[in-house]
Amino acid sequence: MSMQLEESPTTGDEVITNYTINFGPQHPAAHGVLRMVMELDGEIIERIDPHVGLLHRGTEKLIENKTYLQALPYFDRLDYCSPLAQEYSYVLAIEKLLNVEVPERAQYLRVLFAELTRICNHMLNIGAHVMDVGAMTPNLWVFELREDCMNFFERASGARMHAAWFRPGGVHQDVPEKLLVDIGEWLDTRLPELFGDAMSLVLDNRIFKQRNVDIAVVSKDDAVAWGFSGPMIRAAGIPWDLRKSQPYDVYERMEFDIPVGTNSDCYDRFVVRVKEVYESAKIMKQCLRDMPSGPVASDDRKVAPPKRAEMKQSMEALIHHFKLYTEGFHVPAGEVYVATESPKGEFGVYLVSDGSNKPYRCKIRPTAFSHLQAMDFMSRGHMLPDATAILGAIDVVFGECDR
Amino acid sequence: MATLHSAPRFTLIDGLKGTLSTALGDHLVDAHEEHGELLLHVKRDSIEDVLRILRDDHAYQQLMEIAGADYPSRAERFEIVYMLLSLTTNSRIMVKCRASEDTPVPTVTTLWPNAGWLEREVFDMYGVLFAGNTDLRRILTDYGFEGHPFRKDFPLTGYTELRYSEDEKRVVYEPVELAQDLRQFDFMSPWEGADYVLPGDEKADTPPVDDPKVTEKPSDTGAGAKTDKHAADKVSAGAPAEKDGGEAIDPPKPTEDRAARPKRKGKTTDTAKATETKKKKAPAKRKPAAKKDGK
Repeated sequence: MSMQLEESPTTGDEVITNYTINFGPQHPAAHGVLRMVMELDGEIIERIDPHVGLLHRGTEKLIENKTYLQALPYFDRLDYCSPLAQEYSYVLAIEKLLNVEVPERAQYLRVLFAELTRICNHMLNIGAHVMDVGAMTPNLWVFELREDCMNFFERASGARMHAAWFRPGGVHQDVPEKLLVDIGEWLDTRLPELFGDAMSLVLDNRIFKQRNVDIAVVSKDDAVAWGFSGPMIRAAGIPWDLRKSQPYDVYERMEFDIPVGTNSDCYDRFVVRVKEVYESAKIMKQCLRDMPSGPVASDDRKVAPPKRAEMKQSMEALIHHFKLYTEGFHVPAGEVYVATESPKGEFGVYLVSDGSNKPYRCKIRPTAFSHLQAMDFMSRGHMLPDATAILGAIDVVFGECDR
Repeated sequence: MATLHSAPRFTLIDGLKGTLSTALGDHLVDAHEEHGELLLHVKRDSIEDVLRILRDDHAYQQLMEIAGADYPSRAERFEIVYMLLSLTTNSRIMVKCRASEDTPVPTVTTLWPNAGWLEREVFDMYGVLFAGNTDLRRILTDYGFEGHPFRKDFPLTGYTELRYSEDEKRVVYEPVELAQDLRQFDFMSPWEGADYVLPGDEKADTPPVDDPKVTEKPSDTGAGAKTDKHAADKVSAGAPAEKDGGEAIDPPKPTEDRAARPKRKGKTTDTAKATETKKKKAPAKRKPAAKKDGK
């Protein structure tokens, strides 16, 4: 892009005017439908006004018109790169209102697949971030791994992306033993090999560093004030991870480290995500090692449906099944805010129940909203091509940001 | 009640409710604990002061979320809920205040820079005004959108829909026209407050007619001499023959999906007749067949 030279109409001098460009809404580096109105001085960014909401579908309103179970698949479609992580907050919020106990195996399975989701999400983000700043090959390699994750999701739930597999009270179905074996083998061989190879191309790459180091440095205070979470706040040097500080399910039994950054720039955010992939793999291995056998859903028949075989024998089971899939379960009146550590940061659900079978209000706290809001102050004074690096390091997905 | 669920376990500081109640004093309307979460209901005008006290004196450093909620039956129908997080004490609290359409809530952009978008969203979705927010534009809805979609009285389908008009070569907005009624299922049990007519109950509430139908006299029945006279006419003598009407319609032409298909080898004499469609083409087809036969 060249600077725009204009003849000043009054003085006859040559002046360089600030000008405004539209970044997006259809731009591969915008990671979806983000329109940013950028005010540029030459190639220096003076101000950014992100326009979000182009993917607004009114999910929260739709949820108010569905039963609790019917609303669950909407969460897959928010952040379509980490579907199970969104379901996690929602089912935990329902379980908190119902105060229902989840069997141990289901807790392990949920942690296992939440971490697999994290790997899957980071594969996409790492690949996209690398490609945004000009490298092609690593993206293709990590997409192989992402495809493996999708296959695992499919083998567990039947769907590659929109799993709808976490359910209030547990998970929908147990997984085949062979799947767990395959995941274990994948964690031992394919993931470290291929991911290690891909990252060896990037992490010490001179061009990659030139594009990312010292870009969008955010101080600790700013990171806290702007409501950062997830890898964004960890890159700023604050070891804050909800899996560690506010553990849910069996996370407190897991041993893992929280990678933190030192410079709080785009490179640190990238490296934090790379390290998190290995930490997730650690957690998954522990899950596979310690997972007990047993039921995978609550035996509270007012919440979780009975087994299919049971339905063929027992009239009561049949009635329970029918009532659960027509009327749905009733949730006691109350309000909770439940936030979990999704791959992108704190993903929260504020659930208000009026005692009926539908949520009265379900506010979704997207991770990207606060981060994207900080885009303006993070980009000021940087060059136009840095905007793509900053955006890539934020890790936004607009299904979730716009809801 | 024992905690059975496995939702995130954050620290619930002992005596937090009492500490914060005294710290907030007159600002507070109500404080209660529910599901291990502390919920403070404060006066609308003092929301900024309350959050400043919580942030500066009680280490709730982060504003994670502002949620709106609509309760149309209340005098002040909107609830604005602020979710605060303390990174140092590992604790969460919710603070809420109430507002109506024309009572603005003081902005908290003075305390947290990220409150700007969060307030814009509540404004966009519910129409709650935030006094002091200098950039209170819509955020999630379309450019030029009217109304506040998350209010309970806003229909799920909305009022306008848009489509690409081939005539005008642009996207046009039109009032919503549903080809089929929006399906709203209410599966609540009828004795629990569902408000719909059960199948078969449609006539349950219709009042009885003034003079019930009786068949005391022959004239009541509608039968009689006149009916007898015409009765024989109605006896069917077999179904009426179907008549051909109108002009003959041409049979549909066969679809040749592979026009360039090479001609079939071998004998075609047996199949040629079965596949012929037009009389003109038939001899042409037979000719090569005849040749082959000749060989």
